Amino acid sequence: MKKNLLPLVLLAVLALLPLAVKSNYFLHLMILFLLWVVIGSSWNVLAGFTGQVSFGHAAFFGVGAYTAGLLFQHLQLSPWWGMALGGFVAVLIGLPFGAICFPLRGAYFALASLALGEGIRHVATIAENFTGGMMGIMIMPTFISKVPYYYIALALAVLSVLSIRLVIGAKPGYYFVSIREDQDAAASLGINTTLYKNISLSISAFWTGMAGALYMNYMGFIDPNVVFSLHDYSVMAILVAIVGGVGTIYGPTVGAFIMVAFQEFFRTGFFGLFEYLGEKTGSTAISALGGAVQQAHVLGFGILVIVVILFLPNGVVGDWEKIKRNVFRINQAG
Amino acid sequence: MDVFLQTVVAGVLKGGLYTLIGIGMTLIMGVMGIINLAHGQLMMLAMYVTFVLNTMGVDPYVSLFVAMPLLFLLGVVIQKFLLNPLIKVETILPENQVLMTVGIGMVLTEIARFVFSSDYKYITTDYSNRTFYLGKISFSVALTIAFGIALVFTAAMFWFLLKTDLGRSIRATAQDKDAATLMGVNTGRITVITFGLGSGLVAAAGCLLAPVYYIFPDIGGPFTAKAFIITILGGLGSTVGAIFGGVTLGLAESLGATYLGMEYEDIVGLTIFILVLLFLPGGFKRLTKV
Repeated sequence: MKKNLLPLVLLAVLALLPLAVKSNYFLHLMILFLLWVVIGSSWNVLAGFTGQVSFGHAAFFGVGAYTAGLLFQHLQLSPWWGMALGGFVAVLIGLPFGAICFPLRGAYFALASLALGEGIRHVATIAENFTGGMMGIMIMPTFISKVPYYYIALALAVLSVLSIRLVIGAKPGYYFVSIREDQDAAASLGINTTLYKNISLSISAFWTGMAGALYMNYMGFIDPNVVFSLHDYSVMAILVAIVGGVGTIYGPTVGAFIMVAFQEFFRTGFFGLFEYLGEKTGSTAISALGGAVQQAHVLGFGILVIVVILFLPNGVVGDWEKIKRNVFRINQAG
Repeated sequence: MDVFLQTVVAGVLKGGLYTLIGIGMTLIMGVMGIINLAHGQLMMLAMYVTFVLNTMGVDPYVSLFVAMPLLFLLGVVIQKFLLNPLIKVETILPENQVLMTVGIGMVLTEIARFVFSSDYKYITTDYSNRTFYLGKISFSVALTIAFGIALVFTAAMFWFLLKTDLGRSIRATAQDKDAATLMGVNTGRITVITFGLGSGLVAAAGCLLAPVYYIFPDIGGPFTAKAFIITILGGLGSTVGAIFGGVTLGLAESLGATYLGMEYEDIVGLTIFILVLLFLPGGFKRLTKV
């Protein structure tokens, strides 16, 4: 029970948060954070637990988003239907994706997934009649308040993390890990590696697609370069999981929080600290520095990633013991 | 027919540059077995070096001699202090080095954006837009020079890998790292040199590309993608393969752009890439064994 205490407390805090916090800006950040929890956790199933490092998760995210958008565009259905279908359509895309990538291993798998992700982006750009091409798809958001979106995102995040936890704790989870550790050994012990890799991919694609569908509903606008972006989704999903801890259940959650917080921290110039100091001291240099910091939010995250990989190769959650030992000077014996 | 020939010529000329990008990648991939996802970003840096020197009145072809050593050094630093330490640490995913290159690429892009802003920069030289004609086929002067220089570099690289001690050590490390170590090759040093060489070569490509292209911070990503397409086409660690892969990609893109439409240029490359992965894993190298 003690093991579950922290996540439960966290969940309670998150559930009560909109009652205490009325700021739209803050809720927006929290929704982004929850979306990244979903994306990072689903990437983690395929890569962290099954060892198939995908560089193409934007494909599933984008397909989920486009499912919602296209249902509205062509059938005039509410984009919320996308939340019902987005995940399944992403799985449908995932199956040929797996058929192409899974015979390949290691670096080749990574490259093939990258190429497929990029390929889908190009297809979405070119098929103008169907997807609207670079014009994108625009919908009117259903709710003006951010609170409903917040709860939907929270539900999605909780369901995804919970379902992933269930799967990882059960037999398929052990199969996944055995494939990651040694695929040939797993196969020789009678595990159908192709089947289980596809199961892992399906779970991963499903939740990423759901996150995409929610994104469409929340943001109200998508175009191929936004939702199929290699850098903004495929790579970010990886970095979120890496920073938090690959192959841990809650790692991506921590990573998502760090990523969103870090970027906002930089983007706002340490929450206006520089601006404040600049005004107080009357120094233009500090204000200028603040402006520079605001532009450097991606740079800051990039440096964080390098530092984490160098010193905490298993992420914040994976190397928590190490952090406790070295930073807080808590000995395991004491 | 003229259109076809013109397309082929354009494709082959572009292929020369792609070869240069690909050789650097294939060396790194062959020796260390990792994909360098910061490869295009290194090229982008070289382009900015060329740009800065150009504002001081230095010709892009002269800045080749500045950008290449600079990027060689940067490559050495990256390998020595960022990538090699990762070999020793225990991690769940062996792909940590690849992810590190992603981080490096991000940092390089953002530094460039920070210093030069996101605006498109141009280098205009008197030969940027000049062309000459052979029969009815036009040749871009800058691209033809680039092609020539790319050929020279490729030949030099080939000679270096085949004939020199260092080149042999690099090939030995690529074939079997453990065996090379047992034979007395300092493989740690070899990886550092290889990454430097790869960076230097892609820097050359950047300098050659600068006069005919525009420069912006995000240019790295697409070229990283091209680099690994070339590498997979040609086969890991194969110099001849990189030539083949570079020219094939150049041709495919330019044929695709002419006969299918400009927007298909990239998708053609990706399609070929996936077909090769599926039906000819190991790439061109497997056919020739070079």
